Amino acid sequence: MELFDYTLHHLHQLLKNRQLSSRELTSALLGRIEAVEPQINAFITRTVDQALQDADQADQRIASGDCQPLTGIPVALKDIFMTKGVRTTCASRILDNFIAPYDATAWSRMKEQGAVLLGKLNQDEFAMGSSCENSAFGPTRNPWNTACIPGGSSGGSAAAIAARQAIATLGTDTGGSIRQPASHCGCVGLKPTYGRVSRYGVIAYASSLDQVGPMTRDVTDCALLLQVIAGYDPKDSTSVDTAVPDYSTALTGDVKGMKIGLPKEYFIDGLDPAVQQAMDQAIARFRDLGAELVPVSLPHTGYAVACYYLIATAEASSNLARYDGIRFGHRTQNPSGLMELMMQSRAEGFGAEVKRRIMLGTYALSSGYYDAYYLKAQKVRSLIQQDFSAAFKQVDLLLTPTAPTPAFRIGEKTSDPLQMYLSDIFTIPVNLAGICAISLPAGISGDGLPVGLQLVGRPFGEETILQAAYAFEQSTEWHHKKAAL
Amino acid sequence: MSISRNDIDHVARLARLALNDEEKDLFTAQMEAILSYAETLNELNTDGVIPTSHAVPLSNAFRPDTATPSLGIDLALSNAPDRSGSYFQVPPVIE
Repeated sequence: MELFDYTLHHLHQLLKNRQLSSRELTSALLGRIEAVEPQINAFITRTVDQALQDADQADQRIASGDCQPLTGIPVALKDIFMTKGVRTTCASRILDNFIAPYDATAWSRMKEQGAVLLGKLNQDEFAMGSSCENSAFGPTRNPWNTACIPGGSSGGSAAAIAARQAIATLGTDTGGSIRQPASHCGCVGLKPTYGRVSRYGVIAYASSLDQVGPMTRDVTDCALLLQVIAGYDPKDSTSVDTAVPDYSTALTGDVKGMKIGLPKEYFIDGLDPAVQQAMDQAIARFRDLGAELVPVSLPHTGYAVACYYLIATAEASSNLARYDGIRFGHRTQNPSGLMELMMQSRAEGFGAEVKRRIMLGTYALSSGYYDAYYLKAQKVRSLIQQDFSAAFKQVDLLLTPTAPTPAFRIGEKTSDPLQMYLSDIFTIPVNLAGICAISLPAGISGDGLPVGLQLVGRPFGEETILQAAYAFEQSTEWHHKKAAL
Repeated sequence: MSISRNDIDHVARLARLALNDEEKDLFTAQMEAILSYAETLNELNTDGVIPTSHAVPLSNAFRPDTATPSLGIDLALSNAPDRSGSYFQVPPVIE
């Protein structure tokens, strides 16, 4: 094992016991990034000098007897998070030269503990995509097979974990953007309940759906990082002011008597055989561990993708109106007037998928169509929420595949947006309902690609899904499998 | 669902997006396909269903009306494509 292969919680012990310095650890990660980045392209911006300075500061802090869980730990962030003084692009040409004037709350909480920032990670532009191919900085490649996509939109955050280029990362999840790449890259990714983590300083895509979450090597690391970033923030008026439990106490390894629902709409014909096999094995494993498996139904599942693409694009068209070439971001050269300045700056700065979603969203909100599309979708959203509420009266959590297939090949779905959208079929309903879910490794396909398992919890039920995820993880070997890179 | 070139021109202008002919052709076809798919929602009877505005119950978030430190002019203008003193500079709005 190399230093970059270890988990966060293990490295924390080494740092705390002074068996390792953050300088050594950070240098090991920087060397690893240098070595594998030409194959992976997980980073948009690397902060090498700052990382070494921060590592030295962390070492001083540890020497003074203060070693928090993240002190001296090298991490990286999706480039959607504002990082003061560091370029923040959201993978868009329109923000190519944007230097964040302040820190996102999730990052400032990590920074306060002394986390070391290695850089900013690739993603689909403005988090719009399922493959990390919609980046102005080129696609990220899957460390398990570099001909494949890492998933999206937090593809860089997942690939960096799988390629051991960072110890932990943050992603954001609007329709599956943490869980689907975690599934495709064989790591752990958790989308918390809407309102659990502050979104202050996170570049907005669809504000009624966006949530911030951790991406890590194992469930223990996931609980640990969630602990740091969760909690009320007066700067985000949608963050919820309820106490954050101690997530580590959920990691008991015990699921005896737990009721796990199996929604029949998620176990469809046409599920990839590797995914089907992984689910069958996971169900058997939970049964062996003493959980009770209960068939349930979420009857409106089939409408979730259509519902999502109306709501998310409508909100995006509104959120992205701020990129007008006036206060920040790209401005076109020599416009004839203000209108042309705005129209041309946006035309030159946005990529094709972003334009497509702005057009769809603007259409869905435009006069004469609002009731037929946006309002209808908001009503269907209520039906989808009610499905989950009804299911959670019978069970403690739900077990589903995270994605219908393992990672697909680069270029395979770029010409058909609708096919691309359908790759989020199992993750989108969770965002619409505002509830929490985790994806964790549960198998390897015949082609050597990871398969993820999704556990879905009640609102603020993060402890329950972490408890079940930990019990599963500890009784299997999947989290020890590594991409051969 | 059929989308005309006029619809696309209208929506592009509302969205302040200058699109070329190639993009207009592509988006016409793709939006038609995506909106046709979205119309599957009409299979559902939603009479009397209350639309969701937020996934969790939220009430208005108030804070005390007290001044707190802000970014300041230089930081707020630090990413401006063009500035004039303490202002963002843009082309003339009224000739």
